[in-house]
Amino acid sequence: MITAILFYIFAAILLVSAAMVVSARNPVHSVLFLILAFFNAAALFLIAGAEFLAMILVIVYVGAVAVLFLFVVMMLDVDFAELRGGFQRYLPVGATVGVVLFVELAAVLGGWKLAPGAVQLRMSPMPSGLSNTEALGRVLYTDYVFLFQTAGLILLVAMIGAIVLTLRDRKTSRHQNIQRQLDRKVTETLQMMSLSLGAGTTASGGYLHPKEPEAEPVEEHADAGGHGHGH
Amino acid sequence: MYDFFHNTNIGLVILTFIEALALLVPLLIGVAYLTYAERKVLAAMQLRKGPNVVGPFGLWQPFADALKMLMKETIIPSGSNRLLFLMAPMLTFALAMVAWAVIPVDDGWVGADINVGILYLFAISSLGVYGIIIAGWASNSKYAFLGAMRSAAQMVSYEVSMGFVLVTVLLCVGSLNLSDIVRAQHTVWFCVPLFPMFIVFFISALAETNRSPFDLPEGESEIVAGFFVEYSSMSFALFFLGEYANMFLMSALTTILFLGGWLAPFNVEPFTWIPGVIWFILKICVVLFVFLWVRATFPRYRYDQLMRLGWKVFLPLSLLWLVITAGALMAFGWLPNT
Repeated sequence: MITAILFYIFAAILLVSAAMVVSARNPVHSVLFLILAFFNAAALFLIAGAEFLAMILVIVYVGAVAVLFLFVVMMLDVDFAELRGGFQRYLPVGATVGVVLFVELAAVLGGWKLAPGAVQLRMSPMPSGLSNTEALGRVLYTDYVFLFQTAGLILLVAMIGAIVLTLRDRKTSRHQNIQRQLDRKVTETLQMMSLSLGAGTTASGGYLHPKEPEAEPVEEHADAGGHGHGH
Repeated sequence: MYDFFHNTNIGLVILTFIEALALLVPLLIGVAYLTYAERKVLAAMQLRKGPNVVGPFGLWQPFADALKMLMKETIIPSGSNRLLFLMAPMLTFALAMVAWAVIPVDDGWVGADINVGILYLFAISSLGVYGIIIAGWASNSKYAFLGAMRSAAQMVSYEVSMGFVLVTVLLCVGSLNLSDIVRAQHTVWFCVPLFPMFIVFFISALAETNRSPFDLPEGESEIVAGFFVEYSSMSFALFFLGEYANMFLMSALTTILFLGGWLAPFNVEPFTWIPGVIWFILKICVVLFVFLWVRATFPRYRYDQLMRLGWKVFLPLSLLWLVITAGALMAFGWLPNT
């Protein structure tokens, strides 16, 4: 009884927040509603007895993906009123794409048939005497190891792609070269000069002021100083 | 009576409520005295006296501070997003509290002994970043926003290596249950065989809780107070309490994962007389002292150094150690549950 009530509460909040994701005026509110939707989906997983999936959903989607979403949305400063201006214009295209997708989904789900052996498995998805996590691990790393590794490889490709697209080693960027810093000796860095008192100053108005610097070669200074620019 | 509390719905609700209070009230008092301890420890390390006026040895100082916070006016900036502005500190504080539901303080003394306890903790600690981001954005202030940006990048980065450390520990335990993790350390605490991971985890915990030397999100020298620059009175106090409760949580997690939780250091007579919960609190206090010690000792990291440490040092190191641990467990047949 209580499980059923909880299920309907979480499912209702999930649907409402999912609707709010697309209808909220402020994009930041949209992302926050998306996070709420993730949470309620995790709660539904918990009710279904899939505790591992529930936790992974929160860790991966709420803890990492949605943080980056929120990060980007806050940085972008999207003017949604302006975007909504084109609503009438894009309506036919959007509606067409929506209808095509819906028909495809309906076609797939209409022709869905379960293998006879699988029907019983759906009723009792977990083998007895095993925790949810163990049961998942046993099939994931044995029967489905190829799919698991393929998914990992696709993620790796995506990661390398992102790095290739964004890594620009500009000549002007400053890097810290720790090895170079550690290799520095006092003799290369410091030069002890003995100057007579008042040298390089001019007296004016009762105070000593430094003389105007002469134009000096900059390259030599940069070499000796070794600011650690790397390039 | 037993029947009422364990077999009726209303009884179970009351029992859970009492259990939560029994855990949270000592925790909040602990948090209050952690602020006092921090000021005293920092003072001792800097040859000062610290708070010593309110009560004997300044012991009532935390309560004086709390009352002062309560009395102050809550100021909400006019350009802010009012709802989110008020929600952020509550979220931070609530998340720091709910995580304690799965922490075992002694053998069998745990609110919810769930199978995926460690994942629950990891999930809750990864949500901590939301309080900070929302606060930074809702304040509608440059400094707060910069603090929030820094914090988001920092916490996401350090979670990755923290996750690998957790996986390494889990490989040695064979269970995601926190009580099982402690029981698996009966022969030797994991800080001995997994010493490099212990260090990585502790430093990542410093970064997760935004403590110095990783307190860039609040970096007062360049962005005033970072994400909570616009907060005052109780809303500020909730952030403050949340941060210190998170320190407690991370110390408890370090204790459970690497320092044997409620177990006595040696499984012999005089040590086993002391109840497990006392050992657990003592170990948390030691870890917390190191938190304060680090604050008094190290200067703040620069932002690029922070990112370099997380991604170029800790991530490869923890990944390598994970592979080594898995290889050793396989090679010597030490795998649990086989």
